[in-house]
Amino acid sequence: MSFSKINDDILRTLRAPGPWWYVGLLAALTALSFGAYAFMIQATTGLGVAGYEHPILWGIYITDFVFWVGIAHSGTLISAVLFLFRARWRTAVARASEAMTVFAVCTAGLFPIIHIGRPWFFYWLIPYPNERQLWVNFRSPLVWDVFAITTYLTVSAMFLYLGLMPDIAAARDKVKDWRRPIYKLLSFGWLGTSKQWRHYTALYGFFAALATPLVISVHSVVSWDFAMSILPGWHSTIFAPYFVAGAIFSGLAMVITLLVPMRKIFKLESYITVHHFENLAKLMLTTSLIVGYAYMVEFFVAWYSGSRFEQGTFYDRMFGQYWAYSWMMFFCNVILPLSLFFKAVRGNLAPLFIVSIFVNIGMWLERYVIIVTSLSHDFDPANWAGVYQPTWIEGAITIGSFGMFFTLFLLFVKNFPAVSITEMKEAETLDRPHEATSA
Amino acid sequence: MATEATVLGIFDDGKPAANAAKALREAGLGQITAYSPVPDHNVEHAMHDSVSPVRTFVLVGGLVGCFLGFAFPIYTVLDWPMITGGKPLISIPAFVVIAFELTILIGAISGMLSFLGMAGLPRLTGQPAPDPSFTNDKFGLSVVCDAGQAAAVREQLEQYGATEVRE
Repeated sequence: MSFSKINDDILRTLRAPGPWWYVGLLAALTALSFGAYAFMIQATTGLGVAGYEHPILWGIYITDFVFWVGIAHSGTLISAVLFLFRARWRTAVARASEAMTVFAVCTAGLFPIIHIGRPWFFYWLIPYPNERQLWVNFRSPLVWDVFAITTYLTVSAMFLYLGLMPDIAAARDKVKDWRRPIYKLLSFGWLGTSKQWRHYTALYGFFAALATPLVISVHSVVSWDFAMSILPGWHSTIFAPYFVAGAIFSGLAMVITLLVPMRKIFKLESYITVHHFENLAKLMLTTSLIVGYAYMVEFFVAWYSGSRFEQGTFYDRMFGQYWAYSWMMFFCNVILPLSLFFKAVRGNLAPLFIVSIFVNIGMWLERYVIIVTSLSHDFDPANWAGVYQPTWIEGAITIGSFGMFFTLFLLFVKNFPAVSITEMKEAETLDRPHEATSA
Repeated sequence: MATEATVLGIFDDGKPAANAAKALREAGLGQITAYSPVPDHNVEHAMHDSVSPVRTFVLVGGLVGCFLGFAFPIYTVLDWPMITGGKPLISIPAFVVIAFELTILIGAISGMLSFLGMAGLPRLTGQPAPDPSFTNDKFGLSVVCDAGQAAAVREQLEQYGATEVRE
């Protein structure tokens, strides 16, 4: 493939997309409005409209928060970690995954705000010299979360934009219509001089090197929201690696869920090939095995600890009132992904797409199970009777979060190069047979 | 009185462009600016560009972030001493998380700002690149030289395989 063919093919996605794109956008916007409507009711009425009941005071919103932060992780894995490992197949899928990361963190960041009783006071979480002369408690994992999530959002957004800059410049020089001045502005006036490329490649490498430990720290910090407490089912040293693996697992599933239709709608079949999906599936299988192992270790440690409360919580998790969620979670996250051992499944988009949907569901359930079953079975038997029954408001806001995520993603892939033009061209030069260089 | 001329050579590939840039530099003909659609090691090498100082900014930013990540929580707990959970006021292990995140945050921001500064971005006014195909598939060398040397520059560019040369 020549440079200009890559350029034309990928910039073609900026033209009017097919009807399915509009159908998708309409559905996503509808879901988003539904969620916004439900949140309006919650904000004006109060948190009572959510199904919280003592002792279960974290529910679907925190589940959604952890879910969306997790979704973000695979994007950084693909764009940064695989970049450092020089896994060249990442090129085709890196841009879409990076964008997914940014939008997933945006979505996740809303949930702590939705979850607090007075969302208009969320800025109390930010440490600044305020009129009450109070500082935030830096020993609290919730404040660590604020730092981790804002850092993650800032760094991944800058990483995404850095990669986009030369591609937006390519779009600027290609499109002729009213969008040209917009692309001109967004490209920052990128020229592509050797001087600019030199700083660009240096910074790109540093961003990858900074994002790699960052991505591991972010979900570790999220896991410490739970693990730093003393609640049975939460208080566990395995939580950080367990959450990071789970996050990457769910994120890879979401990448597959997004890329299968995207490649179809924008006719990117020659760029995002079955080979790429197979590699994603292999990563998904690996992380699924780690997650399955973590589940087993959790049960083993609960038994081995000799703590009757730990044992009680885990017994309750499997055979208590939330048993259906737990078994479904096992099936979606551990049993079903085993099918990826077969090439017939991981090399075929239809079954792979179905597995990825189930993994998304399973990983959402995992967070629900961890949060709700642990809270409902603490040290005080008098608390064990409580049943958490989510209300339609919580359901609507969850649906709305999917609407927001898909709206942002659909708008992105339509208006920006969804595959990195620069990196595809670079990969192309690497694929050429090496000639003796006289330079 | 035009004493300076700008000669633009357009190449199909990075390698001839790099060779031409090298030859022009060795002949001491004019100031060269190289344009390319992708980062090209041959061209960078031929242009004798040094290692990007972005790394220094990332390092300094990271160190500043790390320092702030410890100093700021320590300042706040001493400013309003309030013991929670029976832990010491200055709980270093807890502050490591803040320091770690700020190391990365400020390192990244500092790297980004230094990149923009050194790459001369954002550059919203001024001339666009001499040819729009440089973001597509062509490599270019723009040579600013004395008017008298223009012919020599043009000859060099053509000799190394420029598909198009214009002044």
